[in-house]
Amino acid sequence: MADTINLSRRGFIIGTGATGLTIGILAACSPGAGEDGETAADADPNPEVNAWVLINNDDTVVIRIARSEMGQGTLTGLAQLVAEELECDWDKVTTEYPTPGENLARDRVWRDFSTGGSRGIRGSHDYVREGGAAARMMLVQAAANRWDVPVSECSVEKGVITHGPSGNSYTYGELAAEAAKLEVPTEITLKDPSEWKIIGQPVKRLDTADKVTGKQVYGADIKLDGLLNAAIKQAPKRGGTVASFDASAAESMPGVKKVLQVGDNAVAVVADKWWQAKKALDTVQIEWQAGEGSDFSSAAFEADLDAGLTADEAYVGNQAGDVDGAFAGAAQVIEATYNAPHQNHACMEPMNATAVWTEEKCEVWCGTQNGEAALAAAAEASGLPIEQCDVYKQLLGGGFGRRGMSDFVTQAVTIAKEMPGTPIKLLWTREEDMQHGFFHPTTKARCQGALDADGNLTGLKIRLSGQSIFAGLMPQALQDGMDFLAFQGLLPSGVDPRVEDQTLKYTFPAFLAEHAMRNPPVRPGFWRGVNANQNAIYLECFMDELAHAAGRDPLEFRLAHTQDSPELAAVLQAVADKSGWGNDDGLSRGLCAFYSFGAYTAACAEVTVSDEGELKIHRIVAATDPGYAVNPQQIDAQVAGSFVYGLSAALYGEITFENGETVQKNFDTYPSMRLAAMPEVETIVMPSGGFWGGVGEPTIAVAAPAVLNAIYAATGKRIRQLPLKDQPLRDA
Amino acid sequence: MAELKVNGKKVTVDADETTPLLWVLREDLGLTGTKYGCGIAQCGTCTVHIDGQPVRSCTYPVGALSGEEEITTIEGLSEDGSHPVQQAWVEMDIPQCGYCQPGMIMAVAGLLNNTPDPTDEDIDQQVTNICRCGTLARVRKGIHLAKTKKA
Repeated sequence: MADTINLSRRGFIIGTGATGLTIGILAACSPGAGEDGETAADADPNPEVNAWVLINNDDTVVIRIARSEMGQGTLTGLAQLVAEELECDWDKVTTEYPTPGENLARDRVWRDFSTGGSRGIRGSHDYVREGGAAARMMLVQAAANRWDVPVSECSVEKGVITHGPSGNSYTYGELAAEAAKLEVPTEITLKDPSEWKIIGQPVKRLDTADKVTGKQVYGADIKLDGLLNAAIKQAPKRGGTVASFDASAAESMPGVKKVLQVGDNAVAVVADKWWQAKKALDTVQIEWQAGEGSDFSSAAFEADLDAGLTADEAYVGNQAGDVDGAFAGAAQVIEATYNAPHQNHACMEPMNATAVWTEEKCEVWCGTQNGEAALAAAAEASGLPIEQCDVYKQLLGGGFGRRGMSDFVTQAVTIAKEMPGTPIKLLWTREEDMQHGFFHPTTKARCQGALDADGNLTGLKIRLSGQSIFAGLMPQALQDGMDFLAFQGLLPSGVDPRVEDQTLKYTFPAFLAEHAMRNPPVRPGFWRGVNANQNAIYLECFMDELAHAAGRDPLEFRLAHTQDSPELAAVLQAVADKSGWGNDDGLSRGLCAFYSFGAYTAACAEVTVSDEGELKIHRIVAATDPGYAVNPQQIDAQVAGSFVYGLSAALYGEITFENGETVQKNFDTYPSMRLAAMPEVETIVMPSGGFWGGVGEPTIAVAAPAVLNAIYAATGKRIRQLPLKDQPLRDA
Repeated sequence: MAELKVNGKKVTVDADETTPLLWVLREDLGLTGTKYGCGIAQCGTCTVHIDGQPVRSCTYPVGALSGEEEITTIEGLSEDGSHPVQQAWVEMDIPQCGYCQPGMIMAVAGLLNNTPDPTDEDIDQQVTNICRCGTLARVRKGIHLAKTKKA
């Protein structure tokens, strides 16, 4: 009944299934291929026009997408960018992923595959549009050559080239083969944004059809001839390793093919079926060896975080004005301490990868946010030259930063290497996924503000204490030991172009941001929104505290510091206006504005808190200015979704460690927002133009502070400890 | 061995009776539209129908089935994606990553089987699936759209 990929015939065809469909391998790797699975491979072998564009002789267009689709809509947005300059018929567009191996073989013609930091579109908009423009120019040149007329006499619309004087025309499909033989132009002028016809349109996603019928293939769904399934158990305690294991019971269980150690910290069972592998793994007796962090406890680590709040030594991320003077001359000094616990990404699709290894070749199928990193991991684990390896990217069942890591690829290849020629699908249980994340770091912050006698903010200090992602994942990115990304959203402008998209947009008379690095033995990761999430809580909840202490309106108080950022002022004002800020209608409102990933975001949350302390979030009005809005419909989806992700963390989310092990193992103890808690979200997409900002992440930052500030407005009680589920919202 | 009726067809599978229905569907029958998310009936991504009622298949042992029940998976909800919920989902462009959506759609279709004109309160109580991308706001709108559509 299953559609299976026949390894020996790979390249074109993958067998047939109950549906009688014949599906090209490109379809299996091809996002949004459409429900009949038809792709260029089936239609005709027309050559590509250039690296970004293939045109079939039936005029259908295949746009190559290097970045990974994980729900954020980048596949559709990037296709819009290419199609805009290509001047093709949008209704004839499909997409496909080139493989990381092809990218390597072709001198990285598709450049960066990495999909993180909300950079999919803003990091590649120029060269993908140039790819589309170059293909258009080649097609027009091919037409002009046929007619023997100057290019200037030809015009293009929706994939049809017309020669003005004669009225003759060709479709793109008629010219693709000739165009492909022409040299790729290098002098390209992109359209002015005022000429855009596809960019900026709320077109539907290209990848929806198969997602509502169950036909969409994710990594966990890969089928290959002779495939075996693997379940894995990793050392539950931080730093733990395998001392020994007894698999005698497992080895005789139904379907079991092999029990093996994977790396130094895991044991896997390979069986015909995954459920058999998992059941057998449950019977394997594993003796674990303790290691660094095996006694780690979140509760004990609080003391380290607290010490960092007042430690003499700290990295300085931003220092402006006379901070000491401001505090010495203050009429009122306000101080507050906030926290943010560890979080798990909890992608709906648990980590998985499928690998087949021979002495000549290693191939991997998986969802990854970084195809090239997955390829490098596969090559390293395989022991083969990277040129003999490749990764076939699948659509991701959630990424959020977790699938930027390749630990599961390394494991799958390690197992496959023990069983040459046999495809192995490794699928983690949810429990493994929850325990072995790359966790959103934990931090605390001590915030201090100086107010003068008129209630003006004259100085602000934020001392961060806690974990550095760079120190844990990529110490080479530290600068003299400092993790500048820890200051996301609090950094000075005009200092480092690499982080100009993560700077503080308020202007304060005096400001100091410091970070006392305190690293627990827990591997950190980039978690959708990254450090902007907690830094926005610290800054924007404390701004609210300062406004109230000064007896000023929180909106007016914030706007008083936006003199250098009309964009930040605009998003703030927009949510206030739309939500009816200041209305006396029984709803309590809280504001937040923040700049991260190159985009301006703001939110106004409308809540009530019952006498018993029960929170109801009625509505959130959110505004975003990402500069250019490639697809407002997708931006709306990302903004609304950001409140689910951000508020799930704020309301319920925490990963805590006891004796080196996560207390939370599944969604019963790491809950995620459900419909009953989900507020209505009204999105204001307000692109001001002139810059390219991110979309997938920036709104996460404003979710929690807006709600926390609204709770204060409702109760007069300030909550500074997250998650909210552990906090009484009203005093008894 | 277990006998089942899945999407209108009788099938016999070689699986231990304690095996969850989810894994029989995915591994024995190749119906991978039904997803694994948590294994403890928390997230709902594995939702299928048994005699029209939404069930979380990850904790439903196949041995508890007699073989007479009509099991419907996302693949069998409609032949061509034309079920009202599927239509509404396409029209509103609801899926993001899409991994939870087969379960979400089956949960919603089950809701509409029981309550053809659900209120927001009905929705809150009966559709409790998790979506980490955060499609929930559109899901609610999609349910209200779906109830106006005909198969």
